Amino acid sequence: MTDPQAVATANAATPLVDAGAPGAPTTLDKPRSLASDAWHDLRRRPLFIVSAVLITALLVIAAFPQLFTSVDPSVGDLSKARDAPSPDAIFGYDALGRDVFARAIYGARVSIVVGVLATALTILIGGSLGLVAGFYGGRADSVLSRFADIFFGLPFVLGAIVILSTFRDVVGGDPVGITSIVIVSMAALGWPVTMRIMRSAAIAARNQDYVRAARGLGASPMRLIVRHMLPNCAAPVLVYATIALGAYIGAEATLSYLGIGLRDPVVSWGVMISEAQTSLRVAPTLLVFPGAFLVVTVLAFVMLGDAVRDAFDPKGR
Amino acid sequence: MGLSTNEPLLEVDDLYVEFHTRDGVATVLNGVSYSVGAGETLAVLGESGSGKSVTANTVMGILPMPPGRITKGAIRYRGEELLTAADERRRELRGENIAMIFQDALSALNPVYTIGFQIGEQLRTRRGMSKKDAEKRAVELLDQVGIPGAKQRVRSHPHEFSGGMRQRAMIAMSLALDPDVLIADEPTTALDVTVQAQIMDLLKDIQVERNMGLILITHDLGVVAEVADRIAVMYAGRIVENADVHALYANPCHPYTRALLESIPRLDSKGTQLRAIKGLPPNLTNIPSGCPFHPRCPMAVDRCRAVDPPLEALPGGRSSACLFAEELVRP
Amino acid sequence: MGRYVLRRLLQLVPVFLGTTFLIYVLVWAIPGDPFAGKCGDRPCPDAYIAEMRDKFNLDDNIFSQYLQYLGNLLTGDFGETFSGLQVGELIADAYPTTIRLALLALLIEAVIGLAAGIYTGLRGGGFLDNLVLVSTLFLIAVPVFVTGFLVQTFLGLRWGIISPTVSSAAPWSQLVAPAFVLASLSMAYVARLTRTSIAENRRADYVRTAVAKGLSPRRVLGVHLLRNSAIPVVTFLGTDLGALMGGAIVTEGIFNIRGVGGLVFGAIVTKEGVTVTGVVVLLVIVYLLMNLLVDVLYAVLDPRIRLD
Repeated sequence: MTDPQAVATANAATPLVDAGAPGAPTTLDKPRSLASDAWHDLRRRPLFIVSAVLITALLVIAAFPQLFTSVDPSVGDLSKARDAPSPDAIFGYDALGRDVFARAIYGARVSIVVGVLATALTILIGGSLGLVAGFYGGRADSVLSRFADIFFGLPFVLGAIVILSTFRDVVGGDPVGITSIVIVSMAALGWPVTMRIMRSAAIAARNQDYVRAARGLGASPMRLIVRHMLPNCAAPVLVYATIALGAYIGAEATLSYLGIGLRDPVVSWGVMISEAQTSLRVAPTLLVFPGAFLVVTVLAFVMLGDAVRDAFDPKGR
Repeated sequence: MGLSTNEPLLEVDDLYVEFHTRDGVATVLNGVSYSVGAGETLAVLGESGSGKSVTANTVMGILPMPPGRITKGAIRYRGEELLTAADERRRELRGENIAMIFQDALSALNPVYTIGFQIGEQLRTRRGMSKKDAEKRAVELLDQVGIPGAKQRVRSHPHEFSGGMRQRAMIAMSLALDPDVLIADEPTTALDVTVQAQIMDLLKDIQVERNMGLILITHDLGVVAEVADRIAVMYAGRIVENADVHALYANPCHPYTRALLESIPRLDSKGTQLRAIKGLPPNLTNIPSGCPFHPRCPMAVDRCRAVDPPLEALPGGRSSACLFAEELVRP
Repeated sequence: MGRYVLRRLLQLVPVFLGTTFLIYVLVWAIPGDPFAGKCGDRPCPDAYIAEMRDKFNLDDNIFSQYLQYLGNLLTGDFGETFSGLQVGELIADAYPTTIRLALLALLIEAVIGLAAGIYTGLRGGGFLDNLVLVSTLFLIAVPVFVTGFLVQTFLGLRWGIISPTVSSAAPWSQLVAPAFVLASLSMAYVARLTRTSIAENRRADYVRTAVAKGLSPRRVLGVHLLRNSAIPVVTFLGTDLGALMGGAIVTEGIFNIRGVGGLVFGAIVTKEGVTVTGVVVLLVIVYLLMNLLVDVLYAVLDPRIRLD
């Protein structure tokens, strides 16, 4: 499945930024930084434009669901159960008589928030540990790497299932609890990947002359890490994060489909797909609509990640 | 040594090459002509962007053809036209008659195969030698280029050699099929100064021994003096001066060559400012009108902006592309 | 080389212990009643509970429990389920099916991915290149359960080309479609990885040298280009085998394949902690060993990598 571990192995082999190398001037005019070079490149790519438009639309839906539907997604009218799409409810009604379109709209918020928070948490944990491991090296690196290996050794889906089923009863029916545990377990299994990426970027950066120079001038480790190394290590992690966001959204859907991720009263596309299982023969649209939303969203993020990576790649010029 | 009396082995005749880039069409070669004969060393001197490597790549036929395009000119090997020859024929000539060595031996050699394999494959595929014979010959070649312990080293991979040794190995590889012409594209630029001298000596020895034509491409005036018989100076895709090495150093007949020679720091010029050539090399998509060097030339006059001086022959078997060439020649 | 392998195996030990301990803690140490639902609708009789607690050492502290479990593992005893079935046997029954599924998936992704990647890497641009890029994007973006569902519904239920579920004997022919589903994501990665690797290496200096030596285009491609381009792809395929086995759970669920994925999922639902732990431990070992194998393979393929 599209899980953050698989995404990283495949992307790892494509060498990314040469840590610390400024972008070469394309003409003999003023030289541009790698970031602005990347931005100029991005603006031209159709992949980027399409995905950016899609993602902006999705973010709007997630932030302001009220703009798109006035129906309450959790209210169900059993007399309307499994009704086909009509002008009142353009996606029809689900098995409990709830408006599918409304659920899809509100589900967008949950699916995206879960993806974003999981990614953010992953980057935070993995990024800081990776920077520390790469910067200090030696014992600290060994210990942290072994620690990461422990989590890395757990297959993503399996590990998530174990964690989620363990804490299922503890969390009960509290929507915040349900969502948090999913976010935390995904991040707990996904952080080793960001740690490795950041670590190799940090090791490459640590050996660069500008870091040595700063060290020679007496810069403190904190300053070295934050001011000098971080900006140069950020690129590969950022590229991975974009793609991982898509992967996490898909992962949440998979876990919810299996029945151990999000569940009622939380609405997400994964939950909707899971619930649609039972009504498949009768009302296949119950699965098609959230499924389509899901695929388009993950696709948009993966496309964005692709475009960003190509833009950051100095060899692509 | 002066002009070679033999028929030129390799001749580049009025070559024009364009590159189609995102920013426009760059005229990379603008009428380049030079030749080299057996037993002769021609140094092609120029800054980055002058077109010296592009010429060599075009001779070898390894220039990527989109975006590159040959718009005019001819290249002849022993009188045979290369640009109109079939692809197969050009391939036959590579390695067998005309060989090339490159600047960075580490990236130019395949990292996953041993040196012996890479030298031997030409012998095996093109001479039908057996694996054992090919390896034996490879050891001989490595010996000839001065690599100690050749018998063991033949089984090593490129990254296991030092920079100088690697370059020697690459030279050995280029000699495997006994070519007549060797093109060395900046062979010592990536090496230490002391190793540079050794490699230059090696190239000279090989050239003399095999009576090869050697084209040495470089930007380094110091490297050239000992080894070259003739020097062709390139600027913005043109040859601006072509002369016997002694004559060139004694009396440069082009302002660019002059400026190059004057910019070399000398031990006895302590305390004086370094003399750099003001300005930057031209943008090849937008070459200045007239003489391409005029924006940076201390002798430039209005006419230089309008007229692009052709490479004119001067007494003494040399030529220069400058309106003031004749005045610069001193008896 | 031997010393390196030994060193890595030793490094493997703390990681293995750490991972398995983590799993053990998650399965056994979290508060909750392990016996809920084991005895039907009524709570279990005390005698039964006492017997079970003793059998599973549930009264000892978690570390001691874990060590005893570990001790049993080393003698090959995976323990028993609450209903007395030998977990070791359950796994031995289910694992070969998963292995076959994973191997088939690996074969499919290697063949199709490499072919697509090599072709587009060499040609670059053009219709087929864009087609491959777009289709790989879709394969990456669509979650496995959606692909599986679509394949099962259309190829299986609607059009009858394949059997929608796999029988317990799981013959190779029935495993083909599920293997395709399982391989779909990785196939996309292999194709892209190969394409990028070839496209990059095409412009490499050593390729230029090979051409300058006058070698035939076939030789330049087959001997020089492919050999170097293959390295990242082969190593990816190596790690993927371990990942495929661990990640087959969704595919096995959809097609009703009696592999370890289905086994562990059923065990989680019925709270059979021993089975869960057993399967995960096995998968972890396999994964760690595969990683070691891949690292060694990498060093064999690329002489620049020094193992020391």
